[in-house]
Amino acid sequence: MSAPEHAPGGAPWATAALALGDDALILSHRLAEWAGNAPVLEEEVALANLALDLLGQARALLSLVGDEDALAFTRGPEAFTHVRLVELPRGDFAHTVVRQLCVATWQELLYERLATGASPLAPIAAAALPETAYHRDHAVTWTLRLGDGTAESHARTRAAAEALWPYTGELFDPVEGLDEVDLGALERRWRARVSDVLTRATVPVPGGARLPGSGRAGEHTPHLAALLDEMQSLHRAHPAASW
Amino acid sequence: MSEVSGVGGVSGVGGVSGVDGASRAPSLDELTAVAGAVPDPELPVVTLADLGVLRAVRRGAEGRVEVELTPTYVGCPAVEVMREDIRAALAGRGVADAVVTTVLSPPWSTDDISADGRRKLADAGIAPPRAGARGPVFVELGRAAPAPESRPVPCPRCGADETTLLSRFAGAACMALRRCEACREPFHHVKER
Repeated sequence: MSAPEHAPGGAPWATAALALGDDALILSHRLAEWAGNAPVLEEEVALANLALDLLGQARALLSLVGDEDALAFTRGPEAFTHVRLVELPRGDFAHTVVRQLCVATWQELLYERLATGASPLAPIAAAALPETAYHRDHAVTWTLRLGDGTAESHARTRAAAEALWPYTGELFDPVEGLDEVDLGALERRWRARVSDVLTRATVPVPGGARLPGSGRAGEHTPHLAALLDEMQSLHRAHPAASW
Repeated sequence: MSEVSGVGGVSGVGGVSGVDGASRAPSLDELTAVAGAVPDPELPVVTLADLGVLRAVRRGAEGRVEVELTPTYVGCPAVEVMREDIRAALAGRGVADAVVTTVLSPPWSTDDISADGRRKLADAGIAPPRAGARGPVFVELGRAAPAPESRPVPCPRCGADETTLLSRFAGAACMALRRCEACREPFHHVKER
């Protein structure tokens, strides 16, 4: 990679690269869990592709901060700064689809903004942007199909939206290095897009307050420790292993 | 200052024999052709030059050959294979220590695939990306009628325009899966970006 080995000490964009890299890494891991478990083969391939795209983004972003493997495999839960939304268990397929809708819509809007900036995140955001558009397209299609589908798929999609909604506020928490982004405007555009899709899917847009705390501050659910336990186990067993 | 060979104009350089002098160092144009002729690991019917992922070949410090490669998708797992294949191909021309770096800017677009590359994809039964198209066509489901795609993706086998999207994601990150409604054959389509 053309990225530096280590970010200049305390550069603000390094905090942002770590946060967005962690978002991509942890969500990638959750999506990869569908391999062998997806409802149909095409969907298994699709989810694995989404996971692969996100892993690529994570690698590029974390490499801006330091050694990607050390960052992914040697940190404890409190050192991760992703939003809690991405660490929640994958749940049923509706949960995965609604989470993808929330995250992909947010990533596309955020990357669009970052791509025009001057920080070292800009080239990564610009290269990842077309991918996030396909991720959103995938999530929108499934949200409409499930929400406006059978009574069962509708109930599950609605339950997923209600369960995940309190976690979405963290997507708009201030992050050092994202000062160039108007997070209030981003949230309004995100809310409009996601609400439009849910409404067309006949799923009521959930209300209610966000949960206290934030993954951006290293506050996480117990699900993260379990996820890391699995994700980091190979590295712990064989610290210097390579392919 | 380093001598740089742009990769845009050399895709036609096919006959690099390099046997006209036993010890002559290969020129940058020759090395560019050698690197560009490496087949894509996932779509071996096209070369890296066809795909438009080879950005530059130059001599850097101490005459070391440096190659710039851009990934199609940020997480494309083929990049590491491409890097090794390029190094091996250059080593075959006596360049033992080429450095292959990955660059993200400007981002790769399917418009970077050459006309030759599009033809080779189609010949292999893979629908090439539509020139100038960008991103997904958002499909409306639910109660609304499906929106027709603005431009057809013709079947690479029979040429019919009536084809249906089966899955946005297929065997590689850059592909979608479609089916021809005329000949009923499924086929891959390189997604525009």
